[in-house]
Amino acid sequence: MAGATQAIGAGRLTGTRAASRRTRTDQLMRSVAALAAIACVVPLAAVLVFVTLNGISALNVDLLTKASRAQGIGGGAFAAILGTVQMVGLATIIAVPFGVLAGVYVNEFASRRSGRAIRFAADVLVGVPSILIGVFVFTFLVLPFKQYNAFAGSVALAVIMLPVIMRTTEEILKLVPVSLREASLALGIPTWRTVLSVVLRTGLPGILTGIMLAVARAAGETAPLLFTALGSQLVNVGGFNKPMDALPLFIYVNARQPFELQNQQAWGAAFLLLLFVLVVNILVRTRTAGRRAQ
Amino acid sequence: MTHITLSARSWQGSGRLADITFRGSSRIAASALVALLILIGVLLFATSRLTWETFGLSFVTGQTWDPVAGVFGALPFLVGTILAASIAVIFAAPIGIFTAIYLSELAPRRLATPLTFMIELLAAIPSVVIGLWGVFILAPFLRLTVEAWIVSVFGWIPFLGGPTYGIGLFSAGVILTIMILPTIVTISREVIQAVPGSQREAMFALGATRWEVIRRAVIPFARSGIIGAVILGLGRALGETMAVTMVIGNKDAIPASLFDQTQTIASKIATSFSEASVGIETSSLIALGLVLLVLTIIMNVVARLLVWRVAEPVGGR
Repeated sequence: MAGATQAIGAGRLTGTRAASRRTRTDQLMRSVAALAAIACVVPLAAVLVFVTLNGISALNVDLLTKASRAQGIGGGAFAAILGTVQMVGLATIIAVPFGVLAGVYVNEFASRRSGRAIRFAADVLVGVPSILIGVFVFTFLVLPFKQYNAFAGSVALAVIMLPVIMRTTEEILKLVPVSLREASLALGIPTWRTVLSVVLRTGLPGILTGIMLAVARAAGETAPLLFTALGSQLVNVGGFNKPMDALPLFIYVNARQPFELQNQQAWGAAFLLLLFVLVVNILVRTRTAGRRAQ
Repeated sequence: MTHITLSARSWQGSGRLADITFRGSSRIAASALVALLILIGVLLFATSRLTWETFGLSFVTGQTWDPVAGVFGALPFLVGTILAASIAVIFAAPIGIFTAIYLSELAPRRLATPLTFMIELLAAIPSVVIGLWGVFILAPFLRLTVEAWIVSVFGWIPFLGGPTYGIGLFSAGVILTIMILPTIVTISREVIQAVPGSQREAMFALGATRWEVIRRAVIPFARSGIIGAVILGLGRALGETMAVTMVIGNKDAIPASLFDQTQTIASKIATSFSEASVGIETSSLIALGLVLLVLTIIMNVVARLLVWRVAEPVGGR
């Protein structure tokens, strides 16, 4: 209160020393805040510029069509690209039904308390380091079989995707008007049909958006694959019981090689991965931003 | 269940059965999520039992990690993890909070929207891509500029001297700063926006400047949420793996200086797990993971509670 009274006085007496000091502080802190915002954007720009410059110069037909070979000889990221497509694909098939159903449960059926608890669990699960998801899946899908396998990799990616899909589904369903549900139920349509054909149908574009973001995130994950899918030099199509390569693993392994050519390939692969992730994110976010503004 | 006939009665009957099935399966899916969280803890504990039985809690304070001698201690990695995450928070907390203030209180809308969008994009960049950039671009740059400057000016202070490699603790801290900034900015911004407008208007009406309003009316109201956002960032920094693994140098020792090469728990697991021999070594690496899990879960729970106190969850992450 004392501060507030003082402020009135100072504000009225413009031009006094106290007032000019206050204006100066105000100006200073505003510029500091603006500078901080710029500092946040600089790294993004730097990563984009360098990955694009180094990546484009490393792009060639070999990178896209050849399997990776032994160190320093050549080859490409073909096996890795195929592996990412397959593992992320399977992970999506596993995670989507679970995630969407869990989101439905929280929003349509759960009590306030259990809904909060599940939402909380999902938020904490998002915070679990992805490498630990890899270790977790290793303990029951790799250790007992003594064989690194792509299926374990897919399961690990699914665990990463699950809470993301659940949270977006739940948030989208929250926006579906209650009157729609009531109209459907009043027509004698059972709850399950109402949820499937009315509620989920209405929220479908939003749910798809959430799934796309989860896919983009899974495609860029390396740590959960390190000791599940392991990575491989060979093209592996459909061999989910065997090791499989993935684009992020390819980048990691090649960045650590002492050979210029391998490092070049890492940049090329990073460019491809970044392009995919950013295009998905930009498409999804500009679309949802447009919808929100309407 | 699915044989729908035209008779109204059987339609109702099948509807009820389907209702129960549908509700039940959605409930299972939701419980699976909670079960998963518990299962992660249980399985990590079960598969690291050997280590806990052999070393007990002294595993956490043990200073040597020697697979040949069969001695395993987590301390060097624990110290590395905490140091790297602390550096990140020291940089990222002020920058992130000021940015959140700028975005929600100061910036004109046509600037705030694209800036927010770009910061969300930064969060979407895969860790391994940031790591690649860190190894080849950022680390050499830091070595020639910031690190050289710190050593020449503050080199006489014990922890700030010594040789610089570029690859090392300091670079890992900077990389982590970049990676946790979006978390801190996004959540702080959300929390600040949840502060009721009347708070601000009351102070503006008293003739306060923008900054005074922010400092005296907005920040105090949002404080616990902002602290939550920073802790969430800290949690992310503790567990971040790939980018850190690529720039920290991977030396199994407590760092002697700010620029020394070291390991975090996550980077140790990432680099050693697939080559570890099954038995006590694998078990000890999993035990390291369990330590990290406990740390990050505590951070997350505390942070979420703080954030939820100010703003009921609206955003995704």
